[in-house]
Amino acid sequence: MATATPSPKVNHIGLPVLEYRGGKSTLCAGCGHNAISERIIDALYEMGVEPERVMKMSGIGCSSKSPAYFLSRAHSFNSVHGRMPSVSTGAILANHQMTMLGVSGDGDTASIGMGQFVHLMRRNLPMIYIIENNGVYGLTKGQFSATADLGSRLKTGVVNDLPAIDTCALAIQLGATFIGRSFSGDKKQLLSMLKAAIAHKGTVVLDVISPCVTFNDHEGSTKSYKFMQENDEPINEIGFVASFDEIEVDYDSGQIYEVEMHDGSNLRLRKLLEDYDPTDKANAVRTLMESRDNDEILTGVFYINTEQPTFIDLLNVVDEPLSTLPESITRPPKAALDTLMAALK
Amino acid sequence: MATGDLALGQLEGALNTRSRVINDFSINVATVNGSGSQSANSVLLKSIFGMGVPVSGKNLFPSNIAGQPTWFIIRASKDGYVARKRDSEILVALNPETAQADVQALPPGGVVIHEENLNQTLNLSQTRNDLFFYSVPFDKITAAICPEAKLRKLVKNMVYVGVVAQLLTIDLGVVESGLRRQFAKKQKVFDLNFGAVKAGFDYAQENLSKRDPYFIERMNQTEGKIIIDGNAACGMGAVFAGVTVVAWYPITPSTSVIEATADLLKKLRVTPDGKATFAVVQAEDELAAIGMVLGAGWAGARSMTATSGPGMSLMAEFVGLGYYAEIPGVIVIVQRSGPATGMPTRTQQADLLSAAFLSHGDTKNILLLPGSVKECFEFTQAAFDLAERLQTPVFVLSDLDLGMNNWMSEPFEYPSKPLDRGKVLTAEDLERLGGFARYRDVDGDSIGWRTLPGTRHPKAAYFTRGSGHNDAAGYTEDPDEYTAVMDRLSRKFESARKLVPAPVSVKDGTSQIGFLAYGSTDCALRESLDQIKKRYGLDVDYLRLRAWPFAHEIHDFIASHERVYVVEQNRDAQLASLLKLDLPAEQVTKLRSILHYNGLPIDAESITEEFVTKEGL
Repeated sequence: MATATPSPKVNHIGLPVLEYRGGKSTLCAGCGHNAISERIIDALYEMGVEPERVMKMSGIGCSSKSPAYFLSRAHSFNSVHGRMPSVSTGAILANHQMTMLGVSGDGDTASIGMGQFVHLMRRNLPMIYIIENNGVYGLTKGQFSATADLGSRLKTGVVNDLPAIDTCALAIQLGATFIGRSFSGDKKQLLSMLKAAIAHKGTVVLDVISPCVTFNDHEGSTKSYKFMQENDEPINEIGFVASFDEIEVDYDSGQIYEVEMHDGSNLRLRKLLEDYDPTDKANAVRTLMESRDNDEILTGVFYINTEQPTFIDLLNVVDEPLSTLPESITRPPKAALDTLMAALK
Repeated sequence: MATGDLALGQLEGALNTRSRVINDFSINVATVNGSGSQSANSVLLKSIFGMGVPVSGKNLFPSNIAGQPTWFIIRASKDGYVARKRDSEILVALNPETAQADVQALPPGGVVIHEENLNQTLNLSQTRNDLFFYSVPFDKITAAICPEAKLRKLVKNMVYVGVVAQLLTIDLGVVESGLRRQFAKKQKVFDLNFGAVKAGFDYAQENLSKRDPYFIERMNQTEGKIIIDGNAACGMGAVFAGVTVVAWYPITPSTSVIEATADLLKKLRVTPDGKATFAVVQAEDELAAIGMVLGAGWAGARSMTATSGPGMSLMAEFVGLGYYAEIPGVIVIVQRSGPATGMPTRTQQADLLSAAFLSHGDTKNILLLPGSVKECFEFTQAAFDLAERLQTPVFVLSDLDLGMNNWMSEPFEYPSKPLDRGKVLTAEDLERLGGFARYRDVDGDSIGWRTLPGTRHPKAAYFTRGSGHNDAAGYTEDPDEYTAVMDRLSRKFESARKLVPAPVSVKDGTSQIGFLAYGSTDCALRESLDQIKKRYGLDVDYLRLRAWPFAHEIHDFIASHERVYVVEQNRDAQLASLLKLDLPAEQVTKLRSILHYNGLPIDAESITEEFVTKEGL
């Protein structure tokens, strides 16, 4: 059949990538965050996620603005500085059928938000928590954040004399079940990681080094494009095969760590670091700590656990969203009140 | 302290010729906390209730786990007064540490029931000669009936119940049936406890001769009534409002609001296959608790938290977000004595202003002010409807006295109206409308329509933010767009005046003098007004406030009186201050304050005295 206009390329739910786009970014040209937004759009499109079934969450900061720049068809909540975890927890409790994608920054997570971050990890709440990590506060013009590396230097010459908080090591220790680090400049790795994150059930923490071109991309910064290009050490190469994709079989299984995801997808981690086992918590934390001493920025999937129950499982809530349960279910009958009253007489 | 001016012999003689004091006195049970006296106190309270006599209980307890002094004051009042009475006539002295001071505090003609050995150690019965002392060997009686040493501390409390019941002529059968209800499913526990009551009763019957004038006699004033604390009532209200997400952080005195809620949810809201139709989360702190409440409210759940002053301060930033981004949520505040940590186990009404304006910027919050346990139930329910209707956090402002003490009440009524889930557009609505603007006032009621995340329509989504936004929820720094939203929020708040519970006109006659009060102050004020009438022949008016923003009736009431006394439980006249912000300038000078803020529940005599002084009567 001949058609007059060529139809645009669509994903497996029939939507073109255009339907996954957001508003125009107001961040600086070249900001790593914009690249991350692009990868989020690609991942959601390629995974065929229904846009209306996503909740986009954020705290406050440059990173937290970015949910406005992707997936306009999803509800979004730009909340309070450092409090994305609690707002997200409430929202997912209200409707646990949704996919939840949160974007935070290093200040929003590791400084003001540390209290809520660690408790979110403990709960293994089903959500994707992306830390757009540039080591500085952009909106207040370039102060160090708590993920800035020891010895890193600001443009003004100020040297950071406190150790960095490794949010990945923390997340692994505290109970999150999918933890990885990537770099906004590594399209392929970040995209695969995001797709696997979408397939995961539980808390995903992706610490994405995302250079701040205005305040932290100079010589002496350890969060610059140049530094990352020179020091990025992937521990594994990430292959992701979605449940609806054709399976290819051309790999050497000895070098691959394969993980069956909840939705039937396959995560294949080609080992680049010798014998790295991404299900070994203690080893994952040790590897991250040792890399600090070697000035390496490890990237890749550090830890994955597909068995751990999520917070929703633990609460044993009904399958339907709590938000829309009808009154006939949420308001007990008169007889229940009568019984309570009789017992108080 | 007037002691020793009246010899006991004279006193007894005087009492013999006078009538007995029937159903009109207070019993102060002085113990140490952690000794398990609570259930004994409750049994005594319910026994008086079971005799048909109006009764109330006030627990004056320390912020401590065990070993510190605690007092439980039970007031029997034939006239139905349930406020704290300034003096207690009867003292059950079980705490050696406070016994002397407690005895000194009794009015002449008072009664002391004490452990026998306090006569040896403290010479207690020699400290005053105008009181009736009953010495009881509680430890010996307890040891005889309770072989298990570990349980004696608890059982001893029930012995005092028996002694008091006998002395006050409370029917043993009433005590028994009360106990039977309390330990309905635990026969052994019942046996042990009733055995103790009986032992105390028998001891008193055989060894004590009644000399004091205090008696409980049967009435029929409690028929059909219930006894409950305000926190349990709030929890019940939340459950019958269909709450689905509860997030909280433990803090005295609000903890039992959530405990009651969670208990009821587990009982009433689990499906036949064992799944919960609710989620209760003990958060890491109050910041997280309110964050969860707003996240859930945004996503469409009926959500609530409960806290008291310090927790409320922590919630400030989020509450402003809820106000500005227009997100429903219910916050029950059980006020305690501030500032700072203050006195966590003592009551106050000192969080009114803070709650009203909680958060930075021009934030204003709706406050519901329950004045009884029944209103705790009703207003907590109403808070959910108002929060969703007005798309804003709604506070229920209770206090420790109302929340943690036992109150008589008419049974609660089942809600007559269906839940009001507010203005929410569905996918079908969006299909019909072709889209919507989240913060646009399309109906002229200053309330925009919202959509819930997950609504399957390409036009359903909007961007929620605490930053400046226009009526389409877009980011703005435009002066006109910003102002338009702020002005609509102001109009929305104004419109709440008609939606919140209206004030109750308790007394409205022709007096030039009016009284205003809210919350737990009500019971003491009613009693005070009776005193003022009886002693001074003044029949003054009284309007009880039940919400902020203030309804127009409050303005009318102030306008129609020459002087208006505002009675409240804080140092800085917070209610009067809030009223002044709302009043025309010429009426501001009409307000006078009667304040009580020592941590104890307000009492009638204190109000009366202050009024008399201020009026120069």
